[in-house]
Amino acid sequence: MVAMNMVQALNSALDVKLEDDPDILTFGEDVGYFGGVFRVTDKLQEKYGLTRCFDTPISEGGIVATAIGMGAYGLRPVVEIQFADYILPAFDQLVSEAARLRYRSNGEFWAPITVRVPYGGGIFGGQTHSQSPEALFAHVVGLKSVIPSNPYDAKGLLISAIEDDDPVIFFEPKRLYNGLFEGRPDDPVKPWKDHPLADVPEDVYRIPLGKARMVREGADVTVLAYGTMVHVALSAIEECGIDAELIDLRSIVPLDIDAIVESVQRTGRCVIAHEASRYGGFGGELSALVQERCFHHLRAPIERVAGWDTPYPHAFEWDYFPGPQRVIDAMQRTQEV
Amino acid sequence: MKNTAELSLYVPEPSGRPGDEPDFSNVPLQDAGEQRCPDTLTPEIELRDMPYGLVRVLDDDGKAVGPWAPDLSTDHLMRGLDAMVRTRIFDDRMFRANRQGKTSFYMKSTGEEAIGAAQSLCLGERDMCFPTYRILSWLMARDYPMTALGNQIFSNAEDPLKGRQLPVLYSARDYGFYSISGNLGSRLGHAVGWAMASAYRHDDSIALGYVGEGTTAEGNVHEALTFAGVYRAPVILCITNNQWAISSFSGIAGGNRTTFAAKALAYGIPGLRVDGNDFLAIHAATNWARERALGNKGATLIELVTYRAAAHSSSDDPTRYRPKGESEAWPLGDPVERLKQHLIQRGDLTEDGYTDLHEDCEKRVRAAIREAEAVGTLGQSKPSVKAMFEEVFKEPDWRQIEQRRELGY
Repeated sequence: MVAMNMVQALNSALDVKLEDDPDILTFGEDVGYFGGVFRVTDKLQEKYGLTRCFDTPISEGGIVATAIGMGAYGLRPVVEIQFADYILPAFDQLVSEAARLRYRSNGEFWAPITVRVPYGGGIFGGQTHSQSPEALFAHVVGLKSVIPSNPYDAKGLLISAIEDDDPVIFFEPKRLYNGLFEGRPDDPVKPWKDHPLADVPEDVYRIPLGKARMVREGADVTVLAYGTMVHVALSAIEECGIDAELIDLRSIVPLDIDAIVESVQRTGRCVIAHEASRYGGFGGELSALVQERCFHHLRAPIERVAGWDTPYPHAFEWDYFPGPQRVIDAMQRTQEV
Repeated sequence: MKNTAELSLYVPEPSGRPGDEPDFSNVPLQDAGEQRCPDTLTPEIELRDMPYGLVRVLDDDGKAVGPWAPDLSTDHLMRGLDAMVRTRIFDDRMFRANRQGKTSFYMKSTGEEAIGAAQSLCLGERDMCFPTYRILSWLMARDYPMTALGNQIFSNAEDPLKGRQLPVLYSARDYGFYSISGNLGSRLGHAVGWAMASAYRHDDSIALGYVGEGTTAEGNVHEALTFAGVYRAPVILCITNNQWAISSFSGIAGGNRTTFAAKALAYGIPGLRVDGNDFLAIHAATNWARERALGNKGATLIELVTYRAAAHSSSDDPTRYRPKGESEAWPLGDPVERLKQHLIQRGDLTEDGYTDLHEDCEKRVRAAIREAEAVGTLGQSKPSVKAMFEEVFKEPDWRQIEQRRELGY
């Protein structure tokens, strides 16, 4: 075990898989020689050579298209889109091709690709370095979407994603890359090294896709979160003293529906928290699922804490970002009914 | 003020509309045998005149002339002719089946049969083609079972794609034929990725991708060409220029003042412009590009100049946007007739022999379609509804399982 931040854990996942399987290669913009703008692919080209880890033209559609072709051939490409905000030029490739290739060819062809995308706000990234587009992909049948919230999960989930035979979009909360963030911009950044989930094994281990993590058990309300919002929610729970149960979904597709239903049926209350804007966000799907499956157990309306229905702004970073106080308010509303 | 004029928006228009005489004087041509044939390993910089010429082998008498004339056996040519004839007969019968309500949709490849047939027979068993919806002759030349084609078109219980796909969007991995999708151009990058994977593995197989000239306007074609050029992928990228993208003529796609083969120049890859109705020229050019790819010299772009003789699809009526008789006026003729003529000229075929071949093809096509119809046509037969929920993922998640049960399966 070594203390790793999320960048190092992701780098380690790529390192062990590149070592393990010659069919794995990784590419993207600035991924090769430079090691990635966030250092996730640092030193991989040096260690594994030019053809295992290389730079691409600035062409998200081209990156994903060639990855799909390689995947159909029999390789397992892991590609990077520099920011989730820039995944949209590859949207047709992901929706019309990667997601449907197995289905439409009756299993003759498939694309075991992993698409790594730094996502999320809280970094003064403005409109095109902050977005959380996971709901766009949740609506696409045939794609899996994974979102880690800590270094240990990041490595274990990325290894599972790479080994998975279906296309996986791997959203990396860039706000959590180098340290813990609880949604309190005035607090000093907490380094990962003091966190128990920063103890990361150096060799291969896996965290299954579709399995949520119980972050904190509680009796009064179930809080569903993923990515950075897991830490925001935990901090909110600790501050307000409500005995909330916090579940880190870890993957959006496949979703650990059993863990969600089991918890809400026990607590009778549910708060959903995500950074993405609210209308049409993944919280809507979660809310509908909880309502359908826990209706007779619910003792309060389901609450959604989300980004506002505006583009992600620059100057209003902390007015926009759903910080701990908004999570506290929502939890309290569920207790008042 | 110098060199100024009132600005006006230019919108290209074809040389003829319904009621006009067909006019192809704007299509740059070259006589058979005129285009030079450089060594396959020639540096790209010495090939930059090629996209403006036209590789042709068969002259007006059906003779194979010039440096591109390939040395092909009679057996090989007869296989090509057989595939082309069956493609045309199959297309006609299926178009009729659509009119009879036996299938919801069909697309013919009439006039373009030489392309898939020649390239299919030219490429190796392990090479993979990334087709458009108009490359049926590829499958015919590789003897893909015609009954399976019929089953796919009828979406019946034996449909190899389990009723999930629109008719003609085939997938046939064992025949080197990648899964077709309705969205245009998105598989050209897959062909490049496939080729990059082959190079990565030090394999000896190549990829061949197709788009129509209309689709060259899609961004994904630029992406594919960029990657093919940058990584010197062992891929052949083909543009089948049949002059029409549904109702819009090739000028709307950008072909008015240049050739589609010339698109290759800026990507640093060779571009060949080839007579798409000349089986031998297609074969030779494809073989040239394949040798170059296997020589580790990277990608080649081939524009196949042809004419879409039939309607775009069963939902289209070309008399509403182009002159009557354009197909007959097309200067490059008919690919089936030209190959037939060549075989007769070689002394390998007679008119009677051709009549026999045609009858034999008709018999085989009829038998295959009858077999497929016996399983059932659209609405009369379909795969198990269970199949609707399968292969969304490798293993279904709880949604597919729950929803399948909800539907009662």
